[in-house]
Amino acid sequence: MRILDLGDTAFTVEFGDRIDPALQAQVNALDAALSAAAGAGHLPGLIEWVPTFRSLTVILDPVVADRTAIEALVRDCLSRHHDTQSTPVRQWRLPVIYGGESGPDLVSVAQAAGLTPDEVIARHTAQDYVVYMLGFLPGFPFMGDVPSALRLPRRAEPRVRVPAGSVAIANAMTAIYPWESPGGWHLLGRCPAPLFDPAREVPALLAAGDRVGFEAVSATDMADIEADLAAGRLDPQDWLVSS
Amino acid sequence: MSQLTVLSPGVMSTIQDVGRRGWRRAGVPWSGALDAALLALANALVGNALDAPAIECLDGGLKLGATDGPVMVSIAGDASIDRIDQGGAVSSMAPWRSHVLAPGEQLRLRDTGDRRVCMIGVAGLSLAPVLGSCATYARAHLGGFDGRALAAGDRLPAADAAGPIRLLPSPPTVSNTPIRVVPGPQSDHFTGAARERFVSQTWQVSPEADRMGLRLAGEALAHVDAAHREIVSDAVVPGAIQVPGNGLPIVLLADSQTAGGYPKIGTVISADLGRMGTLKPGTQVHFEWIGVDAAIEAARVAAAQRATLISGIRSVRDDSVVDLDALYGNNLLSGMVNALNPDTGDKSDA
Repeated sequence: MRILDLGDTAFTVEFGDRIDPALQAQVNALDAALSAAAGAGHLPGLIEWVPTFRSLTVILDPVVADRTAIEALVRDCLSRHHDTQSTPVRQWRLPVIYGGESGPDLVSVAQAAGLTPDEVIARHTAQDYVVYMLGFLPGFPFMGDVPSALRLPRRAEPRVRVPAGSVAIANAMTAIYPWESPGGWHLLGRCPAPLFDPAREVPALLAAGDRVGFEAVSATDMADIEADLAAGRLDPQDWLVSS
Repeated sequence: MSQLTVLSPGVMSTIQDVGRRGWRRAGVPWSGALDAALLALANALVGNALDAPAIECLDGGLKLGATDGPVMVSIAGDASIDRIDQGGAVSSMAPWRSHVLAPGEQLRLRDTGDRRVCMIGVAGLSLAPVLGSCATYARAHLGGFDGRALAAGDRLPAADAAGPIRLLPSPPTVSNTPIRVVPGPQSDHFTGAARERFVSQTWQVSPEADRMGLRLAGEALAHVDAAHREIVSDAVVPGAIQVPGNGLPIVLLADSQTAGGYPKIGTVISADLGRMGTLKPGTQVHFEWIGVDAAIEAARVAAAQRATLISGIRSVRDDSVVDLDALYGNNLLSGMVNALNPDTGDKSDA
């Protein structure tokens, strides 16, 4: 474990440099311990903290905070044994329309992988993915691990505009873009799930630790799903298989 | 209730406050004013809470008009501003003070001065916060006015102008000393020569500079090797300096994403981030390494200086008559001498 300075407003507790479930467990344990400590008060100037794949970044107000005390608290949290109490894993099954306008890179991914487009869809839908972290954009889930046959580096030419809802892959990760943005991942399809809504009590639909499976649906089914969502007949929570 | 109507939004004008804290773990950037000091001053000049929302004008062109009732506005920034009365007559409006726009009067921001940002404070500007803040984050339609940058025809609800006109006697000057940077978190991904080159060379702010970040043009910085050009994404904050494979730094600003996969050579200290974020494209900039303890001290000094500036704000007796006591007593214009009483003038330039 290393503590890395991120300027005067933050420091990063780095557990390792790779994506690894063991590192993720350490991040989760520190996250839980900090929540408990913050819940008890006594941390003036602590603004927020951000868990990622392999590290946790603590953000503070340098004018108010006692950085030494907060670092000591982090070390204390790490040295003590914390039960990573097993919260029930939420399991999602999200609909995706693959290929065509919704997934303009399906064909090129298939070519690069030496597969047919249907085989790419079959492999992308054959397993569940773990949400490692949210980041980059509000509600954007970094999910792994993509089967090795589908792992490709990011596009050499990132798109200026990736449409909201795009289901994409890059290296070992898959994701859904909650918002239109620039992006360099390969677009396989589109998912209608509203991933971030500030009006909800918990604005982000997915959370780190969730498991997500994808289900290929036809254009007709997707039109029905989108109409039901728009009319309020379908609640995103309906895609929760178990919790 | 009065309103401030956007007649022209200029290049890019948004509602900003101190930003949206607490949601980075869900991928939500802070947003907020590019220069928090300008926000506090703009609000203090109209009698608002210092963290209240104000209008951030990027690159000028903003035109506003009072509707229904008088609106008190203020200008924080070395801007050139016109007042256009109901009859179309144009006069100039001084920055660093508040003004009352009568119904039908307009304010036109011609130029933002040496920096690319000017904050317009609006007395009683009232908008609904989203996730605890009125800051606009347009990419996810959060906050501000309808979740987007201002557009012509937008009507911002404001209080009817009341209270005194206020003036900042000694406006802050923009320093051109090097921007201070704390090394890390991935400074070990760069060669020693690259770390030295980062602080020895003159960088130029590229035209690719927005609220999310700005790119620097200069001699590329070498990573240790190809394997050190990327990292498994970890968290970033405004001020973090990412260096992608092409070796040209990107300084992250208020709308910075929450995580990134490029190594970070260092982080601009919070005391210098407002200056960094408001540099005009084409401007030359230098950096200087500083330790984290010195950076924390700099943050405290900056906070104290801001408090002193704000406590120096005073009321002007009449909107139409310049308060000479305030003007000459506080060196509003450096080097100016009051011909009627030369001894009170500032002779520091002599």
